[in-house]
Amino acid sequence: MQKLIQWVDDRLPIVDAWNKHLAKYYAPKNFNVWYFFGSLAMLVLVNQLVTGIWLTMSYNPSAESAFASVEYIMRDVQWGWLLRYLHSTGASAFFIVVYLHMFRGLMYGSYRKPRELIWIFGMLIYLVLMAEAFMGYLLPWGQMSYWGAQVIVNLFGAIPVIGEDLSLWIRGDYLISGITLNRFFALHVVALPIVLLGLVVLHILALHEVGSNNPDGIEIKKNKDENGIPKDGIPFHPYYTVHDLVGVAVFFFIFFIVVFFFPEMGGLFLEKPNFQPANPLQTPLHIAPVWYFTPFYAMLRAVTVDLFGLPAKFWGVVVMGGAIAILFVLPWLDRSPVRSIRYKGWLSRIALAIFAISFVILGYLGLVPATEGRTMVAQILTVLYFLYFILMPFYTRMEKTKPVPERVTG
Amino acid sequence: MRKLIFGLVFAVLPALGLAAGAAGVPIDPMQPDPANKESLQRGAALFTNYCTGCHSLQYARYKRVAEDLGIPAQLYENNLIFTGAKIGELMKNAMNKDMAAGWFGAPPPDLTLETRLRGESWVYSYLRGFYKDESRPRGVNNVVFPNVGMPHVMVSLQGLCAVHPNVGVQASVEPLSGNINNGNLCPQYASEGSMTEAEFNQAMYDLTNFLSYMADPVKEQRERLGIFVLIFVAIFFIFAYLLNREYWKDVH
Repeated sequence: MQKLIQWVDDRLPIVDAWNKHLAKYYAPKNFNVWYFFGSLAMLVLVNQLVTGIWLTMSYNPSAESAFASVEYIMRDVQWGWLLRYLHSTGASAFFIVVYLHMFRGLMYGSYRKPRELIWIFGMLIYLVLMAEAFMGYLLPWGQMSYWGAQVIVNLFGAIPVIGEDLSLWIRGDYLISGITLNRFFALHVVALPIVLLGLVVLHILALHEVGSNNPDGIEIKKNKDENGIPKDGIPFHPYYTVHDLVGVAVFFFIFFIVVFFFPEMGGLFLEKPNFQPANPLQTPLHIAPVWYFTPFYAMLRAVTVDLFGLPAKFWGVVVMGGAIAILFVLPWLDRSPVRSIRYKGWLSRIALAIFAISFVILGYLGLVPATEGRTMVAQILTVLYFLYFILMPFYTRMEKTKPVPERVTG
Repeated sequence: MRKLIFGLVFAVLPALGLAAGAAGVPIDPMQPDPANKESLQRGAALFTNYCTGCHSLQYARYKRVAEDLGIPAQLYENNLIFTGAKIGELMKNAMNKDMAAGWFGAPPPDLTLETRLRGESWVYSYLRGFYKDESRPRGVNNVVFPNVGMPHVMVSLQGLCAVHPNVGVQASVEPLSGNINNGNLCPQYASEGSMTEAEFNQAMYDLTNFLSYMADPVKEQRERLGIFVLIFVAIFFIFAYLLNREYWKDVH
């Protein structure tokens, strides 16, 4: 075995890679529970890839038989139901862990210099993940698949001049059809997963170049011992591999409760209208995207005024796009002398709390039909969402921060 | 504390979603029982005799139903397949969709996934919700699905209710006289059927139970397997936890 490793290592630096990324990658020893979600996102990604490959073996991407082939997987394929529930639950689980992972970054300032690129790669992953989820959701070819896709693709039609042609180009047809289904299938199972995997590699390479942040937001590399090893660092393997194993067990426990007992999650993970085949002639009474898109959907609907001769729908799309785009520049908005929320002042804490609560309530509002009152609440929350970012350069500089410790605290 | 609050917010989110699905029609609650094979068998017989002429179960196979419900294949083939189909085939019927649309206003939908689409309680209530209404083309209407195109197929079993049936209505006892109000499904029949009201309610329970099985045939197996998976993960957690503690002993 040793000889084989030596033989390969002479030709490919596997020992070097093992050390650089695992055995001699020194991570801060004070990671808390929020630091499980990065490795859990990897776990869910693997789950999606593996179950996805097996689902592809029995799925049929045509308007005539897509719906029936999903039921074929659910009924006639050995363990097909398990593969599909793992995949459908995994999609929602992916967004849950990614949202928590991102929130961790917001709390502890993980996006701050020198980790801007990690944050940007992460945001790109999030974007691709949304595209991946959106296209995957069309594949079962149920009523909500169909009309959800119809609504989202029509959004591109709101762009002046090129809009209509653009949505026609995306659909490949005048309405969502088998053509659209086939191209979404190709993108969902080939193109986007490749991009996603590439971005994940970049995300991790960039992380391992500068090293991990931690709940105190201080650089462990500033305090090294005589061997050049950070005093507050421990090798990722074995310490964090066994540590993450505990997180994996807890995650799996919750994940499998959903998979085996509540695969529809009360209509949140698998929406009820999707148990009816797509019908282009019958619009459902209430079209709601899957829960992980609803905060942005609520922002889209919150814009109700025409402006500068352009329709409200266009401005809704701008707001929705802006809500995601503004996250990209976050590393340059935060002017605080400290990274972590632990040492930031009250303004930052209140701002983050308002931001998180706004996002969750917007998510709820995007699920339910709009009323006048709800639209007003959504408008206020949308403004609060943006204020978190727009005011950040000011409140992070104004407030009084606490002194940052030299070494990490527990 | 902050952690706790955010945790709670994420935990409450799904519940809010559940509350969002409001319905404006009267519903009697129905709890399916996939372990009750006799009920499922009676439901399968009812479906075959009364529904299958118009409604297919096109994603399911006869053989699977026979196996899951404990009905011998030969018996099933002889008594519960009317189309000449082989037992391994999908449960389709001969209804022509275009012609059916002309007869009923809309083609009768496939019912394989009906309970997952509308819920068991809705189906159970709908089946018991027919009443006489001469203004409708089929002479009947439904309190759960107003102006439905479907005739009252099981009128020979239930009889025809002359007034709105008590679906989604709580029975109440008058405190002085001891009379029970709204205790019956139908207060007044225009024509009698072969079943008593209790028998008919039971029959519709069986039929709904069968459709619930049909929509999610793996439910029983899934939940049984789920228990074992969770036990495995729990044991795995203990070992992972101990391993982690052992390694982290020397980190200070």
